[in-house]
Amino acid sequence: MVKKTSSIKSSEITPESVYFNRRKFVQAAIAGGTLMAAGSACSRKIAMADVSSDANSTPDLKGVVPSSFSTDAAPNSWQDITTYNNFYEFGLGKDDPVNNVGSFNPEPWSVEVSGEAELIGKFAFEDILKPHALEERIYRLRCVEAWSMVIPWVGISLGDVLKRFKPTSKARYVEFKTLEDPKQMPGQRRAVLDWPYVEGLTIAEAMNPLAILAVGLYGKELPKQNGAPLRLVVPWKYGFKSIKSIVSIRFTEKKPRNTWFVSAPREYGFYANVNPEVDHPRWSQAKERPIGQGLFAKKIPTQMFNGYAEEVASLYDGLNLRKNF
Amino acid sequence: MSTIASPRKKFGINERIRFVGKPLVFTLALVPLVLIVLRVFGIVGDLGANPVEELLDHFGNWGLRFLLITLSVTPLRHIIGKPWPLRFRRMLGLFAFFYVVLHFSTYIWLDQGFALGAIIEDIIKRPFITLGLVSVLILLALALTSPHAARRRLGKRWQKLHYLIYPAAILTVWHFWWQVKKDIAEPLIYAVILALLLGFRMVHRQRAKRK
Repeated sequence: MVKKTSSIKSSEITPESVYFNRRKFVQAAIAGGTLMAAGSACSRKIAMADVSSDANSTPDLKGVVPSSFSTDAAPNSWQDITTYNNFYEFGLGKDDPVNNVGSFNPEPWSVEVSGEAELIGKFAFEDILKPHALEERIYRLRCVEAWSMVIPWVGISLGDVLKRFKPTSKARYVEFKTLEDPKQMPGQRRAVLDWPYVEGLTIAEAMNPLAILAVGLYGKELPKQNGAPLRLVVPWKYGFKSIKSIVSIRFTEKKPRNTWFVSAPREYGFYANVNPEVDHPRWSQAKERPIGQGLFAKKIPTQMFNGYAEEVASLYDGLNLRKNF
Repeated sequence: MSTIASPRKKFGINERIRFVGKPLVFTLALVPLVLIVLRVFGIVGDLGANPVEELLDHFGNWGLRFLLITLSVTPLRHIIGKPWPLRFRRMLGLFAFFYVVLHFSTYIWLDQGFALGAIIEDIIKRPFITLGLVSVLILLALALTSPHAARRRLGKRWQKLHYLIYPAAILTVWHFWWQVKKDIAEPLIYAVILALLLGFRMVHRQRAKRK
């Protein structure tokens, strides 16, 4: 594995015009540290798993701290999380991603930031990460296909990252894009979806402290099939909102047209909030099958906003959730 | 001395079907069941992170495949111009029913946990489940009337009843088509094969009429 830490100074890679405001960095780091202290006070344990022997294991991440946003639920195994994936860029089967990521090389990686923000340009992955504390966030994940997992992500606050680009008052939405490169992503050789994959959030959703950019799993670097090196995690929305392998972040005035919405607007909306009362046109969303609990596991009731109503329900005050599914 | 070596008793087509053909087809038709049982118990492979979905897919796929294999008996018979494939038709049809029942039972038991309310709601509200259920009921009627005794008793009505395998096969492909999220490649392949099998019959009947 190639080391993530580059020996070249970030200022040499990043163009001067878009170079980050260093003071902002420090402020963000302090904010991160405060959160960190609050997190450890809650004495949540960092999820542990013996995954070092696993063939799919990735290098350890250093300095990961717990978070008070983590659930107490027991996380799924590394095996389940890294072999049962929806990542159509590598094929449509659940085991296609793990089997087809061989030609995908996420190093080096950079993200193009554009649109309604003061700091725009191309940023190296390492520079995006640098000022932030890596937090472990154990979140429930509810797929629109009515199954669910509990995943010990490692990530950084999305809002904290976005603030560094100084979005303007016109920035009402954030649009994300996945890498488009059929050579590395064999699933893109078929037009099953309108590549590249696009997702979006309102600014208020993006600034919610639950939303993170994930860079790891189980204290280790994010495996390729889980969206290396950088992916979104919005735990109160169906899994397809949590876009993987992000290469573009764009601040926009208009609502982004997310890929699944474009593909089937009657079935997948922009909001895609987990909601047991609003069924998918073809199947019920009232219950979900917990993954990794064997053949005889009972389905469990799906919770409003996937159990994160306390943190996010206020974002949707006055919004008809049946219409805005 | 075995019967094969005996010069007096000819080992003809009837014997070959009865003692070799049928046991062979029967054994082969059980292979998908054996493979999945080995995976259930983790002896060869496993069922992965979502075992219920895996079982549903496996049994559903094989039910549909055996339906299509059953429907290919008649075209095969006409193409080779010999009647012997007909002798396998009932067994193949019953294997289609067998795998469909396993698929249906997996849904009722492992997927829904016998929750009658949820099952009824599914049947009413989800068109793809409704289609699947209709297909199961048709195949049940065909399986129950498959013994020779039932066939004799039903007389001419038997053939009419058993033409229902055509709508059952169409509904099954449709059921598959409707439940996939995006990847229609697989149901499309089955739809094309089914169209070819049904198309063959139409063309054949037209020709027979002209004669």
